[in-house]
Amino acid sequence: MKDVPTPDRPVLHARGISKFFPGTIALDDVSVRLMPGEVHALLGENGAGKSTLIKCLTGAYRRDAGVMELDGQEVDPASTAESQRLGIGTVYQEVNLLPNLTVAENLFLGRQPTRGRFIARRRMNAMAREVLESYGLDIDPAEPLSGYSVAIQQVIAIARAVDMSGKVLILDEPTASLDHDEVQLLFRVIRQLKARGLAVVFITHFLDQVFDISDRATVLRNGQVVGECLLNEVTQHDVVTMMLGRQLEARVQNRDTGRAGKTLVEISDLGKRGMIDPFSLTIHEGEVVGLAGLLGSGRTETANLIFGVVPADQGKITLRGKAIDITNPRDAVAHRFALCPEDRKVDGIVGDLSVRDNIILALQARQGWMRPIPRAKVEEIAQSYVRALDIRLASLDMPIRLLSGGNQQKALLARWLATNPDFLILDEPTRGIDVGAHAEIIALIEQLRADGMALLVASSELEELVAYSTRVIVLRDRQQVRELTGDDISPATIIDVIATEEAAR
Amino acid sequence: MSTPSAGPRPSVFKRILPQLVILAVALALNVVVFPDFFHIDFRNGRLFGNLIDVLNRGAPVALLCIGMTLVIATKGIDLSVGAVMAIAGAVAASMVVEGHGWGTALLAAMAAGGLCGLWNGFLVAVLRIQPIVATLVLMVAGRGIAQLVTEGKILTFDNAGLIHLGAGTVAGVPTPILIWIALGALVTFVVRRTALGMLIEAIGINERSSRLAGINSRVLLVCVYLVSGLCAALAGVIVAADIKGADANNAGLWLELDAILAVVIGGNSLLGGRFSIVASLIGALIIQSVNSVILLSGLPPEFNLVIKALLILGILVIQSPRIGNYVYMLRASDIQPQPDRPKPIDHQEKEAAR
Ligand SMILES: Nc1ncnc2c1ncn2[C@@H]1O[C@H](COP(=O)(O)OP(=O)(O)OP(=O)(O)O)[C@@H](O)[C@H]1O
Ligand SMILES: [Mg+2]
Repeated sequence: MKDVPTPDRPVLHARGISKFFPGTIALDDVSVRLMPGEVHALLGENGAGKSTLIKCLTGAYRRDAGVMELDGQEVDPASTAESQRLGIGTVYQEVNLLPNLTVAENLFLGRQPTRGRFIARRRMNAMAREVLESYGLDIDPAEPLSGYSVAIQQVIAIARAVDMSGKVLILDEPTASLDHDEVQLLFRVIRQLKARGLAVVFITHFLDQVFDISDRATVLRNGQVVGECLLNEVTQHDVVTMMLGRQLEARVQNRDTGRAGKTLVEISDLGKRGMIDPFSLTIHEGEVVGLAGLLGSGRTETANLIFGVVPADQGKITLRGKAIDITNPRDAVAHRFALCPEDRKVDGIVGDLSVRDNIILALQARQGWMRPIPRAKVEEIAQSYVRALDIRLASLDMPIRLLSGGNQQKALLARWLATNPDFLILDEPTRGIDVGAHAEIIALIEQLRADGMALLVASSELEELVAYSTRVIVLRDRQQVRELTGDDISPATIIDVIATEEAAR
Repeated sequence: MSTPSAGPRPSVFKRILPQLVILAVALALNVVVFPDFFHIDFRNGRLFGNLIDVLNRGAPVALLCIGMTLVIATKGIDLSVGAVMAIAGAVAASMVVEGHGWGTALLAAMAAGGLCGLWNGFLVAVLRIQPIVATLVLMVAGRGIAQLVTEGKILTFDNAGLIHLGAGTVAGVPTPILIWIALGALVTFVVRRTALGMLIEAIGINERSSRLAGINSRVLLVCVYLVSGLCAALAGVIVAADIKGADANNAGLWLELDAILAVVIGGNSLLGGRFSIVASLIGALIIQSVNSVILLSGLPPEFNLVIKALLILGILVIQSPRIGNYVYMLRASDIQPQPDRPKPIDHQEKEAAR
């Protein structure tokens, strides 16, 4: 333990934390110690209990057992507001900002600068601009938050939490929707806080990032601590084995691009003013087209336009040679298109419906209300996907919002796979998914392709994109700038293309 | 690697248990103030008794709350139902006054209610006006329309067929009771035997996600307002038939609020989502039982509204989320722990043993 500063006393010491939910033991006698000036990674599979632990420590949930000490003093925050007052700043996995308020209001909510009895709006906006600039964001803080992308909202949530954390900063999957540069920016901020002696808790499924920034890790499995380790004493492989309780077999990557089938979808000059420049794209059966590009480059917009989430104002789509009209998602679903969206909370889950209903929702919508899927069939479909994707749940009857983030993502994949689409569009399919499941989803995509499905996958994880794509399209500034095929498909070339295009600007 | 149990779905009985308990208490209060409350007579080919009265007098609100439940499940609200009752009553009355048969009159009234529903649906689903504002339009304008139909008078009639709908009996049971039970059963059957119920719940919980999943939220929204309009029309005809006249000013006055209340007492969230029509219907009966207690206790009428408000406040407090959470923990016992894990209870014992 000599390489890590380990003063005698942890900033935050939680012992024997337990939390029960109906049908689940989310946390079972969990202890963690956070040392001052250390970044502490919290690792574990989807549903291991990471987010629940955070919520118990910050007063979002009442714990069922356990004690918690902050600077040696026993504390028991009963609400998130109280934990903030104690100096614990938190970004929860499901960002909970207020979409109708402005960016500045979200940043300073509850502690707005005032002049007399009124909020000093101009000063607040100026302060917000300053804070955001330090994160490399040049946006108007007087605009409502809802106008900005998930990534920007994520940065705003982080900025708010950093500002409020006097002793501890907790980040639950903060980098899930950020790309490389933003992650580096965040890490710079974290290193500054660390130098000031704060303890930072960092949750993520990106092991590279864990090893990049963290000093120590606590690994959870099934609600129990399986170990604590110093990260400079272990390898990624060790950590994965600890998380999964088994070895993750390495997958041989064999890309055969040769045998794309017949043309399925032909998109010509599809575009919408102010959203994305007209683009053309041909997709064949048995082909995975990857969409790469920085944040805001137009990946999500491309997917949304094809699926009719936003109707295009020019161009056309043909399916197997016949022109089709897609003005809303219902049309797309009727043509056996599927889109698993990027923002699972807003565009994906129907929170209060059961996991079962969520899985069959799109299939049922396509069949129409008159033809309900028989119960036995529903049960069979839901069960088979729960098994195939290893969705961890206590019961198919539980509302989907109670599933862990990664398991919600899997259930949404199941929703669209259940429709047995001809053309599957995936927007960040592995967001929030653990290492084990990650490998399985990549294998699944390969399997679907081999079975003849056409896929369009947008992802900010280049390694992953490269693993399954037979073709990669690079976007920048809402324009397609390059198409890579064959041996050109590698993370290095993609980064290269983006960089040269950036430079050419 | 956990395989969830197929298990029984959460039962309907458990869902409506709180409402049943409250109804039992309300009925018991009736017995306290009037011991003969449950006494039922069969005279002149008709059932008589206070319980029958509760079922009969509760008919308008019961009918309204069927449609209102669906509207509220979509995160909407329909303030216009009281006014639509007045319109439908006026239309039915003027038809029979003009010499049409009761069947034609009923159809015309239903058509008027349906039109009102479509109008609301158009404002909400197509123009995207907030439901509370959209339906306020017709709430205000509706009584004016009804007055135009009745030409400002109380339009009385003596068409036996029409009167039968409100004051008659079938096999000894007052017709309104049969109508609301039948309609409640029919709508419940349709929404639960088809996928309609789930799709309505989905758009009430997250319309964006539902739209992305391919649900036709616009048509569904129009449909629920249409159903609400039809329910209101039927209620309006019954009320008019009962008093043998159409009173544009007073028919259905404030009943939209009772209907909303019935839905809320039925444990349905005003924020939309999961709904139960049966629970709303019990809610309507609870309201009518409360009315009955006040009536039977012989308190001066000035107290009525205050007492009703207090009783309802009590009911809502019992159902507040705080207490609801507690009930949830109790109910949760039917979700089984994952097979390869120790039961939580073992653990608590371990905890206690320390
Ligand atoms: N409010 C709740 N009610 C019932 N079960 C819950 C609730 N919250 C969480 N759970 C369950 O507790 C377990 C742990 O969930 P948690 O969200 O902590 O996982 P996680 O480690 O953060 O996973 P992920 O990496 O997917 O975010 C899961 O099985 C989840 O379904
Ligand atoms: Mg989590």
